[in-house]
Amino acid sequence: MVEKTPILDFFTYVFLLLGIFIVGFPILYSLIAATLPLEEVVKVPMPLIPGDQFWVNMKEAWSRGDLGTQILNSVIMASGITVGKIAVSMIGAFSIVYFDYKFRVVAFASVFCTLMLPVEVRILPTYEMAANVLTPIQALCNLLHLEGLLSWFTGNDITIDLNWSLLDSHTGLILPLVASATCTFLFRQFFLTVPEELCEAAKMDGASPMTFFRKILFPLSKTNIAALVVIEFVYGYNQYLWPLLVTTNPKMTTAVIGLQNLIPQADDLPEWNIALCATLLVMLPPVLVVLFMQRWFVKGLIEKEK
Amino acid sequence: MIKRSFFKSKYLPYLLILPQMVVTLTFFYWPAVQGLFQSFLLSDPFGQKSTFVWFYNYIELFTDPLYLKSIFTTFVFSLAVAFVSLSMGLFIASMANRALQAKALIRTMLIWPYAVAPAISGILWLFLLHPSYGIVALGIKKWIGIDWNPVLYGSDAMVMIVMASAWKQISYNFVFFMAGMQAIPKSLIEAAAIDGASPFKRFWFISFPLLSPTFFFLTVMNIIYSFFETFGIIHTITQGGPGGSTNILVYKVYQDGFVGLNLGSSAAQSVVLMSLIIVITFLQFRFVEKKVQYGG
Repeated sequence: MVEKTPILDFFTYVFLLLGIFIVGFPILYSLIAATLPLEEVVKVPMPLIPGDQFWVNMKEAWSRGDLGTQILNSVIMASGITVGKIAVSMIGAFSIVYFDYKFRVVAFASVFCTLMLPVEVRILPTYEMAANVLTPIQALCNLLHLEGLLSWFTGNDITIDLNWSLLDSHTGLILPLVASATCTFLFRQFFLTVPEELCEAAKMDGASPMTFFRKILFPLSKTNIAALVVIEFVYGYNQYLWPLLVTTNPKMTTAVIGLQNLIPQADDLPEWNIALCATLLVMLPPVLVVLFMQRWFVKGLIEKEK
Repeated sequence: MIKRSFFKSKYLPYLLILPQMVVTLTFFYWPAVQGLFQSFLLSDPFGQKSTFVWFYNYIELFTDPLYLKSIFTTFVFSLAVAFVSLSMGLFIASMANRALQAKALIRTMLIWPYAVAPAISGILWLFLLHPSYGIVALGIKKWIGIDWNPVLYGSDAMVMIVMASAWKQISYNFVFFMAGMQAIPKSLIEAAAIDGASPFKRFWFISFPLLSPTFFFLTVMNIIYSFFETFGIIHTITQGGPGGSTNILVYKVYQDGFVGLNLGSSAAQSVVLMSLIIVITFLQFRFVEKKVQYGG
């Protein structure tokens, strides 16, 4: 610092502690509530000394919410989205930056425009799409009167009924979310900063495009990939609307959605200790990822959004 | 933009872009076009057939007092969330930037709520603000002296969802403000200090103006967040109630379309939201260009 300001420094720390307290308070308070038996939680005000029921509550929450299955579903979904997004957008960006072809600008523009179409603005049609992914092909068949044509050609009655539903499946949870404009941008931006000489040298040595990608571009992108892994894992794990739409089977639901069943409603026993135990358990995986990969996280967050 | 040295291949680039194209076409463009088309249709109550009705759905929508109320609710909500989370984020970041010791620890303690799902933040605040058991609700009743009950009163429910949404977003804003402050050249601050500017003056006349690009960017991001990503919070803790007082636009699309099965109206609402996000994206990109001219 440029000058000595003991009083101001003191207040800085006081306000910082206060800020950390405000940010941490909801969790701290829930942690305490999670250790108390039912009769203590509903006391007004609730005691602020942790009780000894933590493991009992945790076990109850684990079995009642079927958290094992649901957290597994969430982790599968989050990992699938992370890997899928990074793979799809990385090769996409490679194609856009390192090749010259007619379709290039169109491809880039169409990826760019998906920024303006979040799931939230196309809820129903996307659901219908997931209920039968082959709808466009069916529409094409109908348009071309393929049925009639085939019937005429073969002499039999032929009906074309294409149906492939993604509802209540991991594929359905993952696939529609793997296209990402922001990831493609990030990789495109990064590839543009890679020195031209590397590509020239590789070409001179007779490397094929895929060898160049595998041996040079991929190793160079490792930091970017690490940063995106954190961001996309958190994104995938915390998805709400999409899993709510595509899953109806409790065995396929994700943990964040499943929690709703544990919140005490007006007529239930106010078992907040159980509900909060489950809540804390469910939020643990992404929080751990962010805390342990903090360096990558901050980098990823700032570079991705720019 | 393309590299000066590039590869030539007949089919490889198409193959590489194919997965991206297949997913965007099936899950983004086809549904969007369907939605647009559906917004001009009116289906009968049994969903048997639909008739083309031009702008009937839109006219219905903008003369529906419930929809107008939902627009108003959304704006109040997003402005409140942006204001609370931005001011908290800026305040904490400016304090953290002054701290000399334990910087890494302070950062760790402040960034983890980013990883908390909006719905989970909702549950935590539902408990804190529970009219019978919540400790914050107790404080409000005792010290402010109002009859706090988000289950009954719309304004209380609104305060609840604003708190839940803003709390989660503080750490996001904190990370960006912190990065913005660290990018400000130390020499500027030192020069001002030599000229006798107090720490407050230095913040207000140097740091704050230099942070204005970050500030604008975060305002846009916070508004997008409160428009779209807070769906989980609303769905978990208020379901748009009481009496539609927390029924923001995104939630209404879901309710009318997925629960109420009013397809035409829901599609028209989706199209309205789509145009809104196009405007926001456009504004954002205009601004990004400006930021570059500003000097990085």
